[in-house]
Amino acid sequence: MARIFIDGRPCDVRDGINLLDACLSLGYDLPYFCWHPAMGSVGACRQCAVKQFRDEHDTRGRLVMACMTAAADTTRLSIDDPEAREFRTSVGEWLMVHHPHDCPVCDEGGECHLQDMTVMDNHTYRRYRGTKRTFRNQDLGPFVNQEMNRCIQCYRCVRFYRDYAGGRDFDVQFLRDRVFFGRHRDGVLESPFSGNLVEVCPTGVFTDKTLKRHFTRKWDERTAPSVCVHCAVGCNTVPGERYLRLRRIRARFNHDVNGYFLCDRGRYGYEFVNDVRRLRAPRVGRGPDQRDATAADAVERAAPSLAAGRAIGIGSPRASIEANFALRSLVGAGRFFSGASEADHQLAALILQILRTGPVPTASLHDVEQADAVFVLGEDVANTAPMLALALRQSVRRQPMAIADRLHIPEWDDAAVREAVQDAKGPLFIATPIATHLDDAATAAVRGAPDDLARLGFAVARAIEASAPVSGSAGPGEARDHAGTIAGTLREAARPLIVSGTGCGSRAMIEAAANVAWALHRAGRPARLALIAPECNSLGVALADAGGLDAAFDAIDRGTADTIVVLENDLYRRAAPAAVRRVLDRAAHVIAIDHLATATTAAADVVLPAGTFAESDGTLVSYEGRAQRFFQVFPPDGEVRESWRWIRDLLAAAGRTDAAAWQTLDDITAALASALPAFAAVAGVAPPATFRIAGLKVAREPHRYSGRTAKYAGVTVHEPKPPDDPDSALSFTMEGYTGQPPSALIPRFWSPGWNSVQSVNTYQTEVGGPLRGGDPGVRLVEPPAGSSPAYFKDVPPPFERRAGQWLCVPLHHIFGSEELSALAPGVASLAPQPYVALNPDDLASAGVEAGSEATVTIGDDTFRLAVRAAPSVPAGIAGIAAGLPSHPWLPLPALGRIRRGEGAR
Amino acid sequence: MPRVLTANIDANQPPPDRSAYERRGGYAALRDTLRTLSPADVQARVKDSGLRGRGGAGFPTGQKWSFVPMGPAAPRPKYLVVNADEMEPGTFKDRLLMEGDPHQLVEGTILSAYAIEADVAYIFLRWAYRLAAERLERAIAEAYDAHYLGPHILGSGYSLELHLHVSAGRYMCGEETGLLNALEGKRGNPRAKPPFPALSGLWGKPTVVNNVETLCNVPHILSKGVDWFKQASLTGEGGTKLYGASGRVKRPGLWELPLGTPMREILDDHAGGMRDGVQFRGVLPGGASTDFLVGDHLDVAMDFASMQKAGSRLGTGTMIVLDDRTCPVGMVRNLEEFFAQESCGWCTPCWSGLHWAADMLRDLEEGRGEAADLDRLAAQARLLAPGHTYCALAPGAAEPLQSALKYFRDDFERHVREHRCPWQ
Repeated sequence: MARIFIDGRPCDVRDGINLLDACLSLGYDLPYFCWHPAMGSVGACRQCAVKQFRDEHDTRGRLVMACMTAAADTTRLSIDDPEAREFRTSVGEWLMVHHPHDCPVCDEGGECHLQDMTVMDNHTYRRYRGTKRTFRNQDLGPFVNQEMNRCIQCYRCVRFYRDYAGGRDFDVQFLRDRVFFGRHRDGVLESPFSGNLVEVCPTGVFTDKTLKRHFTRKWDERTAPSVCVHCAVGCNTVPGERYLRLRRIRARFNHDVNGYFLCDRGRYGYEFVNDVRRLRAPRVGRGPDQRDATAADAVERAAPSLAAGRAIGIGSPRASIEANFALRSLVGAGRFFSGASEADHQLAALILQILRTGPVPTASLHDVEQADAVFVLGEDVANTAPMLALALRQSVRRQPMAIADRLHIPEWDDAAVREAVQDAKGPLFIATPIATHLDDAATAAVRGAPDDLARLGFAVARAIEASAPVSGSAGPGEARDHAGTIAGTLREAARPLIVSGTGCGSRAMIEAAANVAWALHRAGRPARLALIAPECNSLGVALADAGGLDAAFDAIDRGTADTIVVLENDLYRRAAPAAVRRVLDRAAHVIAIDHLATATTAAADVVLPAGTFAESDGTLVSYEGRAQRFFQVFPPDGEVRESWRWIRDLLAAAGRTDAAAWQTLDDITAALASALPAFAAVAGVAPPATFRIAGLKVAREPHRYSGRTAKYAGVTVHEPKPPDDPDSALSFTMEGYTGQPPSALIPRFWSPGWNSVQSVNTYQTEVGGPLRGGDPGVRLVEPPAGSSPAYFKDVPPPFERRAGQWLCVPLHHIFGSEELSALAPGVASLAPQPYVALNPDDLASAGVEAGSEATVTIGDDTFRLAVRAAPSVPAGIAGIAAGLPSHPWLPLPALGRIRRGEGAR
Repeated sequence: MPRVLTANIDANQPPPDRSAYERRGGYAALRDTLRTLSPADVQARVKDSGLRGRGGAGFPTGQKWSFVPMGPAAPRPKYLVVNADEMEPGTFKDRLLMEGDPHQLVEGTILSAYAIEADVAYIFLRWAYRLAAERLERAIAEAYDAHYLGPHILGSGYSLELHLHVSAGRYMCGEETGLLNALEGKRGNPRAKPPFPALSGLWGKPTVVNNVETLCNVPHILSKGVDWFKQASLTGEGGTKLYGASGRVKRPGLWELPLGTPMREILDDHAGGMRDGVQFRGVLPGGASTDFLVGDHLDVAMDFASMQKAGSRLGTGTMIVLDDRTCPVGMVRNLEEFFAQESCGWCTPCWSGLHWAADMLRDLEEGRGEAADLDRLAAQARLLAPGHTYCALAPGAAEPLQSALKYFRDDFERHVREHRCPWQ
């Protein structure tokens, strides 16, 4: 602790911080632009000037920039000093010299940090008479809009894009008052974190291009705390709605998880909620006879088949725990299946087994950022868990920070730290089948077939701890050489981290990763594990004790069941099309509950329209084992309702009395907690619906929400009764508490004078630190005490290529491989066309050329794919883009044959 | 008048090559020093001599060197960087030294690098100095041939690599940290201090940046001694100085004179006084980023302390003279437009404040000025103070502006009153 004096008042602050951090953490309003809590200080904008005094006898003092001055013990400063105030006002005036007076037509207006700061520094009147400089703007792709005339040259964008996120195609150009931030020419921003420019830009230079197409002001958005559904990381989000359309997604700060940022899949995937492919009404009848029906008709039609007790339930890793649990209750524990592909189901179960029986805890994203040595085994995290890749980029800064320490450069002094550190990076070893976007941050990147990489993992574990199983002698020479280095580095680290996942579809890979982590644990090292599951609730469904898809299909094939209830799931994305078709045909009744029209809903007799994440409440379990609650942003329109409510109605219609008790989400979470001990803590994820602050619910609409009496005037002049929300402590209207609620209920960040996202400062215990009362989410899986499970021993044999055959491995794409986000137009525009990637040296033996078409045969399925030459693909391996909506499901990894496509020259 | 730094320079002759330089005593200081003096000894002598930087800021050279970590535990490599990015308007002294006697700079560089145990030295040269580049390149090659550079210089244990870097060039690159960034291939933006380059400089390693003229003094201090150096000046600050004069004087030029020579002597005796028909009105004594001085100050000695006392700075010692037929507002406008143009765009007061100041001066010149503009200009000059901005560019730009408003207020007011420039 250091004691500093602010305008004479003694204040105790943490050691090692700067004065700006100290002032903001203490609740003082001190304006700033270029500083960002996640990116540190550079002293460019000069907005946070304060007067510093040598001692109590110094009456003159001197102006210093608070962000560039250490809050050392006995520091005396004044925020109120007239000279400091005058200077801060001048900075406001200087910044406004070129800034257009276009707030009314600027997308940032109303949530603009520049507006807030201009008010805060009391710059009120423009005295500059000259012309303002203007720029030609660039088209930066589907996500980010650029309006450079508004730029105040704070350099945050370029510091985020390049220094923080490792992007290369965006930079600062030119100089003086004409500095330009952009690309060398128009074009899509390459970084998958480009959307964060919208939030780091303090004004309207970079704004959300998807929002622009259906714009609404921040104060007119109804918002609720939510969780991203587009991968297993579980980033916290704030979706905003108006007129029953989802308008955009912003990051919801969570110190343990995503911090201030989101990836572009998470930020821009939301438009599936507004998509024309949404199911809006129940439908009954099969095939071409399918037609809209009332809810009562649909439920009534489904009831007899359910009452007979011959139904199975296929759940979904993209649906909430509550919805999956409701389905499990409907069909019975032994007749509930996870809904993942059989392979993913097995891998998720394996991950859960590792986390539940092993001694090594999972790593939150915050833990990942703090890791000082990392081994990524088999997982292309930049595409399967992008925010984890961003966290890994921060992890490589940990070890080199010692260089700055030796020079007494504080960690927040960002430019000086980066100068001292130069290109030094902490250890990050990446072993993946083909090159990843994170490789530029890696100490070493190893390529190989999945089995060979798993063997590398086993070898690393063995090199760390002698009782780990031997991986045998063979293996790629390059990989073998690395095993000793990787093992030594991990052993020496203070916070080693092992990352793997289901991306390769390899059981051995995950087992090898577990062995490495467990070997470190046995060697006395505090290791952590991050095992990436495929979807937002894969781990939650695994915790719900579900069966696999093969068993589900088997039940239909053998006739032990004749009815399938499919929850938020398109089975055609989970298994071979022929098998799905057979099972759906064979089942006497198919009841599909989903928010999207899919091939599965088309084959159902009864289709019930479900709410998306934005119209439902529920809980998701991230790769970390963190249960997080998402809340309805807006009440479902028309016949759309939450999946669990449909299932509750089906239960009731089928004559089940236990369902009558499920009136609210809290009822079902209580039932879940008592039925499945793994979820005992789930009720504590967020306050219950009965929670009140001073008798009030928390308002989803801001207190400045406009048009509530007018917006339906075209339909009715009577103001409708506000919809009830029996499921949460949030109200759907502006009636309610607008202060700071418990962290799990924060619907948006706002505080007086802080209308921009920077207001998050006021919600934190200290700037950049955890939210007051703790960050939301409850970890459901922790290592058991004294656990010491046996190592995994099934070391796979080395990969040997077979003549005429290719090992086809899945290649994931941040844009395109995930089902829901791929429906968003912006994401879809960046998704690749289906392709097969081969090593250039393998093209000839496959008889194909780059750019031509190849015919690929896997099992009984044959299809045509464009051929790409990718030098990083190992010989004998074919990488096939996975999960693209335009391509049927494939059982990857699998052996396949490749020949010249008929259409090829 | 003793010429030391320019002793070998004859404007009508090519510069001395290595053998000619050696014949006139060149590289003797290097030979003796490597044989008899430790780096600490060299540092001590330069510190004792009182040599102050000749690039503009006047920081004591020996003190600057003393911040560099020494000995086997110091981070490596260490760098000495020669600031030859001479872009201060009106300043052309380093050019003369480099074109006229390149070996003197090479020797000074090697000796100074030895003093801080530098492994690598760079000469960061202004792009436009093509002749200097040619001559330095040849001198460096000759020095390598004679084992004055490279491994184990003259059989000693000391090794140094010296590279000439011809910069892409901007005014900002003359600021030492901007120079280092440019040398690293980054934007020539300045860096915040601390950390100082002596600890974290080029590529994050200990680095000293010295001006050309500063380094050229070092061989002479070592060969002729500290006492000689101290006595070479008139006022005790030590050594000689290259003084220049431009503007409407009879003989604009550059002269090596004892440090502390009064301004009047330089202007009258060496520059030949004002041209016929024009009167002296003021002078920027040390380049464009120093405060105006006027007739009352003509007898002030041109040294660091006296210039500061008079309200300006010695700067580079190259004077720009303002006469009574030239509009002072126009002159300041020209300067501020230069500084605004050269702002790197990093800190707000500089990129915006200088633009605005230049804009107001343009308005005054073109008859659009308002009375309130004078106070606004004064406020800009006051707000662009050292410490308020990220580096010294904007405070330097404020110096001619604030002093012009002080000494030539009437001229500014006439522009407002008459809605035109009275000189046009």
